[in-house]
Amino acid sequence: MRRLISGMIGLSMLLGGCATTSQENISRLDLIKKRNELICGVSGKIPGFSFMGSDGSYQGLDVDICKAFAAAFLGDASKVQYRPLTAAERFTAIKTGEIDLLSRNTTFTLSRDSSAGNGLSFAPVVFHDGQGLMVKRESQITNIKGLANKSICVGSGTTTEQNINDAFESQSLPYQPIKYQDLNQVVAGYLQGRCSAMTSDRSQLAAARSGFKNPEDHIILDDVLSKEPLAPASDGRDFLLADAMRWVIFSLISAEEQGITKANILEKVKFATDNPQLKPLRRFLGIEGDLGEKIGLGNDFVVKVISSTGNYGEIYNRHLGSNSEVPIPRGLNNLYTNGGVHIAPPFN
Amino acid sequence: MSKKLTYQIVVLFLLAILLSILINNLSINLSRSGLQLSFSWLLRPASFALAENPLPYSPSDTYAWALFMGWLNSLKVILSSLILATFIGVFIGIVRTVGNSVLGFLAAIYITLIRQTPLLLQLMFWYFVAFLGLKDSIFMPIKGMISISNKGIEFLGLSLSSEFSALLFGLSVFTGAYIAEVVRGGILSVSRGQWEAFRSLGFSEINGLFKIIIPQALPAIIPGLTSQYLNLAKNSTLAIAVGYSDIYAINDTVINQTGRTIESFIILLSSFFLLNLLISNLMEVINKITLNSKKI
Repeated sequence: MRRLISGMIGLSMLLGGCATTSQENISRLDLIKKRNELICGVSGKIPGFSFMGSDGSYQGLDVDICKAFAAAFLGDASKVQYRPLTAAERFTAIKTGEIDLLSRNTTFTLSRDSSAGNGLSFAPVVFHDGQGLMVKRESQITNIKGLANKSICVGSGTTTEQNINDAFESQSLPYQPIKYQDLNQVVAGYLQGRCSAMTSDRSQLAAARSGFKNPEDHIILDDVLSKEPLAPASDGRDFLLADAMRWVIFSLISAEEQGITKANILEKVKFATDNPQLKPLRRFLGIEGDLGEKIGLGNDFVVKVISSTGNYGEIYNRHLGSNSEVPIPRGLNNLYTNGGVHIAPPFN
Repeated sequence: MSKKLTYQIVVLFLLAILLSILINNLSINLSRSGLQLSFSWLLRPASFALAENPLPYSPSDTYAWALFMGWLNSLKVILSSLILATFIGVFIGIVRTVGNSVLGFLAAIYITLIRQTPLLLQLMFWYFVAFLGLKDSIFMPIKGMISISNKGIEFLGLSLSSEFSALLFGLSVFTGAYIAEVVRGGILSVSRGQWEAFRSLGFSEINGLFKIIIPQALPAIIPGLTSQYLNLAKNSTLAIAVGYSDIYAINDTVINQTGRTIESFIILLSSFFLLNLLISNLMEVINKITLNSKKI
């Protein structure tokens, strides 16, 4: 009995100790550097964004964003461990620290950003999307009104579920949502004729359609139901990591603005080194000043990023450009100088 | 005070301390992760639609009401599968024990096939292959009475969605195979002498089976049946794989919209705990009745 009692006291002291171990002031950024590997949450199921290629490695825009982070944080774009996550798992995975950050076509919304909501912090938008509807050409449905009283296949645990409801309810159109957990099931339900239409972000609809047997038999309606700015996210309490992520994304956009590419980055570095009067370029590339250090990275983080993934435009064209498997016109995703909305604040 | 009682008080006291430390620990760690528990969001409008709702529901109703609809949907599929699975199980179990050799062989194949493949796969088969595989064709086994399409089953004015039907058949056929084995075991536990006894008294095989053998087999069958019923209730959460709006699927949506993962799981766990407690207590009552009737 005495052993039992002393055992229990020991146990309770042990458990009490857990609550007081403080990890609050250690940034995830230091943890990533110590581990020498970035754990990046992705979807793994969306061609063009994150999808397993024929060689067994993940590819896509979201994946290249992970690589850009790894290049900036660790100096090596290949030091990434990808974790495929479902829509429902993704936020808990950040909060519990299972992943360092999320690069998984996640819509930036107020409740996800707020500390009383999901408590995340969002990096700048990497893809401006909008929710759309896809129908079979033979159904002759041309707009959202044609879907009244029809069933619609939706992925659950995403913003699409709420958007489709808002869109139909505001026009007083009755409909029946058939909800699946997974985009592949949404596609199967739609192709097998369970629903008259499927809804998702327009990029995902285009990506899914590219895999159909007869893509031309399906049309994406012109109705855009919502704004879907997709952005990488991290734990909202970790300001250091959030700052570093923010400026890595801006560096991709800024590099495109300045015409700095994967091919000419070393040339640009040499050019800036030789010309001391090019102050903004020298600061951007880390040849002078301490911009990188201010966000906990090396001063040359931009060089590391661009030499491994290229600038934003190069990443986009590689996975979503007109010659890629999932061609999506750049539209809103162009630079502000070309009619899009991507703009980077000054690197000062 | 006896020494024994003192020890018990000390142990109780320490247990209370341990428990409070654990709860305190949990709440400190939760608030540290920015996850303070709160249930006030339950009264906010859900703003998502449901494909099936047993009671009136609109997206402007509360999260609590939406979750309750999910619970009712779960209850609906659990109870109906429970009944269907019992019929399948009892029939197959009897056929396997006393049926002729061809039927018995077929029953053995059914049981083997079902027990060696995962339930998730079977549900997907029922939904994506059996129901959605019909595409645009409508299958009418009995004209005017029953029609089956990829939208579901229409049976004399009763319409069941294909999601519900797939889950109903999937769960019933799966659990039926296990129940059949429980029934077979129960029947075999009755001594051979009883069979010879009723035959010598001039009972027919069917009459003797239902009046003499099965009443004696029940005490051996019911506990096994209870655990199969509980499994069925828990397996019903696989509904999410076939697009049925059960409580788990609705919980998934709620978590995404509110970010209240821990609270939602507490609700989910306690609703299943209640449901299963109800099933096992009900079976306990049935068990007592059969044990008492045996004594007479």
